[in-house]
Amino acid sequence: MSAATLDVARIQADFPILKRQVHGKRLVYLDSASSSQKPIQVLDAMDRVYRESYANVHRGVYTIAEETTAAYEAARGKVAKLLGAASAKEIVFTKNITEAINLVAYSWARANLRAGDAIVVTEMEHHANVVPWHILAAERGVELRWIPLTPDYQLDTTKLDDLLDGAKLLAVTAASNVLGTINDLRQLADAAHAAGARVLVDGAQAVPHFPVDVQAWDADFVGFTAHKMLGPSGIGGLWARPELLEEMPPFLGGGEMIREVTKEGFLPNEVPWKFEAGTMPIAEAIGLGAAVDYLSALGLDAVRAHEKSLTKYALDRLTDRFGDRLRIDGPRDIEVRGGTISMVLEGIHAHDVAQVVDEEGVCVRASHHCAKPLMRVLEVPATVRASLYVYNDEADVDALVEALSKAEQFFAI
Amino acid sequence: MPGLEDLYREIILDHYRAPRNRGELPVPPAHRVEGFNPLCGDEVILYLELDDGVVTDVRTAGQGCSISQASTSMMSAAVKGRSVSEARRIIDAFLALMHTHETHLEGTPDSATGNGDGSAADDVRLGDLAALQGVVKFPVRIKCATLAWYTLLQGFDEAGA
Ligand SMILES: Cc1ncc(COP(=O)(O)O)c(C=O)c1O
Repeated sequence: MSAATLDVARIQADFPILKRQVHGKRLVYLDSASSSQKPIQVLDAMDRVYRESYANVHRGVYTIAEETTAAYEAARGKVAKLLGAASAKEIVFTKNITEAINLVAYSWARANLRAGDAIVVTEMEHHANVVPWHILAAERGVELRWIPLTPDYQLDTTKLDDLLDGAKLLAVTAASNVLGTINDLRQLADAAHAAGARVLVDGAQAVPHFPVDVQAWDADFVGFTAHKMLGPSGIGGLWARPELLEEMPPFLGGGEMIREVTKEGFLPNEVPWKFEAGTMPIAEAIGLGAAVDYLSALGLDAVRAHEKSLTKYALDRLTDRFGDRLRIDGPRDIEVRGGTISMVLEGIHAHDVAQVVDEEGVCVRASHHCAKPLMRVLEVPATVRASLYVYNDEADVDALVEALSKAEQFFAI
Repeated sequence: MPGLEDLYREIILDHYRAPRNRGELPVPPAHRVEGFNPLCGDEVILYLELDDGVVTDVRTAGQGCSISQASTSMMSAAVKGRSVSEARRIIDAFLALMHTHETHLEGTPDSATGNGDGSAADDVRLGDLAALQGVVKFPVRIKCATLAWYTLLQGFDEAGA
């Protein structure tokens, strides 16, 4: 174990919702891969915006407008630092990562891809990193190619060079929201760049959980979403290489994204505001800034160390208790995986499992997790997913194991 | 707060563990119809043998959660041997029991059969099917319970029955 780890009891005290009970039981929240809970520091930061210093940003010369603008732009700077960006101007705010990926699809990809070009995606992508490319493929006659999985749920890169031959973009997740797999992005980016393709990274499940450095990845675009990283819903964003942001046409048109508008046309604003049309989610951006402060204070290395040891504990306990009756869809090696654990309990549908464990206060997700192509590869309609985060501890894992046992007894044939 | 016993009544678990009328029928003469819930991946396949306005045989296949599987089994038992018009009244009554709000929003009238006056639902005795009423307290599971029934309606419509 590394020296830096988390004081989970102290962290739990920061999350008001964890004091809640459901069905008379302690709330055991194991669905952070879907959306995380929020610490009081984030709630307070957002509350303060509205109570003390709220105005629209970039528009007023009065004091509170300047204060709000400064806080909004400070949040951008915090995100830039977290991601290892060279400048805050490389961060564009969007409403979530879905919008960030669509921004790349509508702006960069439509300016750069034409019929016959290829986009390479992987079998473990979330729909957010599939459907925008399907739309583009249908519209432009672009070909979608798929990197398959190995039997131990990692990307099978044996045919990577063939797949990348003639590709303009590799769109890949840094970490799977179903399998927990963490991908070796540098290797993928090097191969893509050697083939002349750009690299878009879905960072939704990475940025909240381990140190991310967009330079070390050598990525071209990286998306993130605040609600999975202790921040509010309604805000996310895109990091991109500054030269790409400069040459990309605007995505949404309207106020704030312009420098000049006449009857004849318009001149776009500078990067990154060129991509921030209309009034943005102001309090949410400031809440995201507070979430980044919180995560940075914990230290992403310590977050990763905590999740690794808790994931190992969970995998061991689940295997001890259920053996072959529980299939875990994801790598066993905790070095290449995060704390997202997808399970199929023999003979019991995921919805039934989730319903029974809810009775015990345990929140897990039962679904296709917006990764239907992956579900087809796994040959299941849905899995039960438990996902671990900074506020989870061994008692939560124990509660999960007991609740799953109840589900097994309940549906015993 | 509704509890598990409201949802998983003993009779439901019984149909889930020992589903009635599982299997297939040769097509034709039987009609095959498929229903799918894209949200959870549940799938119901019905084989319907219709003879002179009577549901002479029903077989079911597919996969899904206990609620969707039990509801499929109970439905097959409820309509087998009945006339199509009786079966349509049972469907009406069952869907009314589920009072599926989205049904109304999607514009399907209460009388999904189009050959009854809706109030007919009141006279139908649902028997065991009433055990599924607890599902209404778990709104996300209503679709699980109604899947087989909409599939049956679709089967009747496709067969022109
Ligand atoms: C890997 C991954 N990508 C994208 C998304 C979409 O995130 P959002 O809904 O915030 O746009 C998610 C969240 O479900 C995810 O897990």
